[in-house]
Amino acid sequence: MNAANLLMISGILVSVVLTAALLIWVERRMLGLWQDRWGPNRVWFLGIGQVVADMIKIFTKDDWVPPFADRTVFVLAPAIVMATILLAFAVVPIAPGISVAAEWNVGILFVLSMTALAVYSVMLGGWASNSKYAVLGALRATAQTISYEVFMGLALLGVVIQAGSFSLNDIVLAQQHGWYIFPQALGFVLFLIAGLAETHRLPLDLPEAEHELTAGFHTEYSGMKFGMFFVGEYVAVILMSGLLTTLYCGGWLGPTFGLTFMPVVWWCLKTGVFILFFILLRAAIPRPRYDQLMRFGWLALLPLALLNTAVTGAVVLLRGAP
Amino acid sequence: MNAVLQEARPTGIVGDLLSRYPGAGLLEQATADAVPTLWVPASQLLAVLKTLKRDVTQPYRMLYDLTAIDERQRRHRDGQPAADFTVVYLLTSLQRNADIRIKVALSGDTPHLPSITALWANADWYEREVWDLFGIVFDGHPHLVRIMMPRTWEGHPLRKDHYARATEAERLQMDAARVDREQEALRIKPEEWGMKAVDDDHDTMILNLGPNHPSVHGVFRVMLQLDGEEIVQAAPDIGYHHRGAEKMGERQSWHSYIPYTDRIDYLGGVMNNLPYLMAIERMAGIPVPPRAQTIRVMLCEFFRITSHLLYYGTYAQDVGSMSPVFYMFVDRQKAYDVIEAITGFRMHPAWFRIGGVAADLPIGWDKLVREFLDWMPKRLVDYDKMALRNSILKRRSIGVGEYDTDAAIEWGVTGPGLRATGCDFDYRKARPYSGYEQFEFDVPTGKRGDVYDRCLVRVEEIRQSLRIIEQCLNNMPAGDYKARHSLATPPIKDRTMQDIETLIHHFLSVSWGPVVPAGECMMTVEATKGLNSYYLTSDGGTMSYRTRIRTPSFAHLQMIPAMARGVMVPDLIAIIASIDFVMADVDR
Repeated sequence: MNAANLLMISGILVSVVLTAALLIWVERRMLGLWQDRWGPNRVWFLGIGQVVADMIKIFTKDDWVPPFADRTVFVLAPAIVMATILLAFAVVPIAPGISVAAEWNVGILFVLSMTALAVYSVMLGGWASNSKYAVLGALRATAQTISYEVFMGLALLGVVIQAGSFSLNDIVLAQQHGWYIFPQALGFVLFLIAGLAETHRLPLDLPEAEHELTAGFHTEYSGMKFGMFFVGEYVAVILMSGLLTTLYCGGWLGPTFGLTFMPVVWWCLKTGVFILFFILLRAAIPRPRYDQLMRFGWLALLPLALLNTAVTGAVVLLRGAP
Repeated sequence: MNAVLQEARPTGIVGDLLSRYPGAGLLEQATADAVPTLWVPASQLLAVLKTLKRDVTQPYRMLYDLTAIDERQRRHRDGQPAADFTVVYLLTSLQRNADIRIKVALSGDTPHLPSITALWANADWYEREVWDLFGIVFDGHPHLVRIMMPRTWEGHPLRKDHYARATEAERLQMDAARVDREQEALRIKPEEWGMKAVDDDHDTMILNLGPNHPSVHGVFRVMLQLDGEEIVQAAPDIGYHHRGAEKMGERQSWHSYIPYTDRIDYLGGVMNNLPYLMAIERMAGIPVPPRAQTIRVMLCEFFRITSHLLYYGTYAQDVGSMSPVFYMFVDRQKAYDVIEAITGFRMHPAWFRIGGVAADLPIGWDKLVREFLDWMPKRLVDYDKMALRNSILKRRSIGVGEYDTDAAIEWGVTGPGLRATGCDFDYRKARPYSGYEQFEFDVPTGKRGDVYDRCLVRVEEIRQSLRIIEQCLNNMPAGDYKARHSLATPPIKDRTMQDIETLIHHFLSVSWGPVVPAGECMMTVEATKGLNSYYLTSDGGTMSYRTRIRTPSFAHLQMIPAMARGVMVPDLIAIIASIDFVMADVDR
């Protein structure tokens, strides 16, 4: 591994984590905007210093482990979510040459397996907390993530069939003549819903469900360990938005106007739009009940995802391999 | 008293009962509120109540209130049977649109009385409350434990010999033994709440929802026995918000108690003043001028709107919809701007006075009210789209927490919770007070009596309240804002320096406050959450002898176990949200 590689890895890592932290502020300001209120606007320019203030607060908080918790697992759990989601970023191509391993020919499988591993974090965290609300949250999270993992994978198959590759880089390049969001509109919607469920964002935040389970699986967490779950959620939002961009909206593709940095700008813009969309969903939609969510998944999403795969496959076969 | 006689509705029920129980010692009592009041010996109580609930034509099916009075220091009893304690049952018949009050005289330090929980399920909490606060034992009660006070409390606070202020009590010593005792008293014993194992190879989980939980709207605890996420049994536990409001009524002058009433249903603001003042005015025979009545109606409806808006927002929030509550807070603020301009305060103005209101409407009030009336309706249309018509919200709430009119009456449910079942009983229409009979408005009702209908009814009530406010605005009568009555308005200060009589009257009415003639009276209003009553007993003094506050939320919370059986935890949250209670209103 050479120095350039190392620089790339740490660059992506740091910018993703920093963006995630910044997103906390973005989300609060955007929610404020949509909800007729200000949001945090006092600290520094537009309140952006709130991120720093929150960081200081969360880093200096007492690192407390409840006496009734299983200490080792309790401490380990929040690290898993950060590690797996950040690892998944390795295969996401941000621009030509700006990625860790975007050419890897099992890129999509790697992303799926990493997001699947992330559920261990929630499950172990909830279980090790040895608290009733946390257990209920962990149970919900496990069932929800495992179910929606299935639909997520199936929804992606349409793209894979069309592009003929599991490599995210190839998928972006295959979209040079048209984004997959148009032929794969159904797959796009399915993937979006599954992505929401995977990241536990508000309409599908049942594992946390403040109004039902106080804070769900992270009820007993505080300080930086809570912060890891919290930032982990935002990292996952960036990952999902990045994947939506990469798989369906042509990734970095876009007019460059002869500027070398334009691909990065395009990627960030598109991803940013999806992030804002995630936040808007949170402001707009109520939360379904747990059994309704599962029924919706297995009775509506699964058949649709299978149909999408079958039809895409048939069309591709009829037209000849790409 | 003439006014009282005119409004009395002779139902003949007393005559009916007297003929059914000849020689049983039934005794009629006249009260200022003209509710037929009958003293019944303890031995006949169950039979009489059963007759009233089951046998008479148009039966009294709702146990509206159950309370007690410590009679030991009362001087004016005017021919009432000798008693140390009186237990008072108030029954309501919606068909007759009438009430009946049954009183039982008890003597001794630990009186016993048969429990009526077999007859009315909702007697459960009421009897526990009377046991807790008065020390009257109800034989046959399934679970007679303290409900308001901590389990370890000694004595019964609403007894006259119990101290009212902490400074009168012994100094509190929290030594290790005491801490252990208090801790032990807090331990949940599921069996005690009727939670049994489902079967041998099947484990259930006890989940303690509250007293601090984001969705219980205050300090309220529900113990849940869960099978997975399904609720096998729920046991609500109240009392965390008990502030002894009824006890305070016994040591505040009639006038200075008004601000306390504001804080009973703390979302109802001045609407809480109204039943309290109406009871005083009825006992003292103070006529309220039409302008004061109309101002009162207008402000009450403003508070109905602010309370319902908060309900609407938190309801949406509890089913996971984050935004509506913020928009509704904007609207509430607009309403509070008007309220503040008129009363000088936002949430707890304590602005009504005996015989009227504190001040006349300010110049320009009509413009402010008009602005609000122009603002609100289009916002409600937006909310319909945003919340009520949202398919996820509908799926979360339609068919959840259903009950029918019979169940509602059985549990003492009133207000929107009753009307959502299709029953159009609205106190403002059924027994108009404060001039409501002069207003045109509809009584919205639901069909299924589920969570969704309870919300729909309240949203429609906001629109009806706007109609009423508009009529107040267009037809505000001229005249006095306060009664010209010696108990309501002191003499004009300037004249007190002219002659001694005026000075004495002025001095007495601002220092003692009014002296209300001996008697008893219960007045009811259609409050934001249901029927709210103040049952005042005056012993001819400057303070109330007994202040009983019957609140809707207390009755409604008792119904949670019946609604929660077999539903999932998120449904329970929706049910709790749909009840619309505030804990201050429950615990008082």
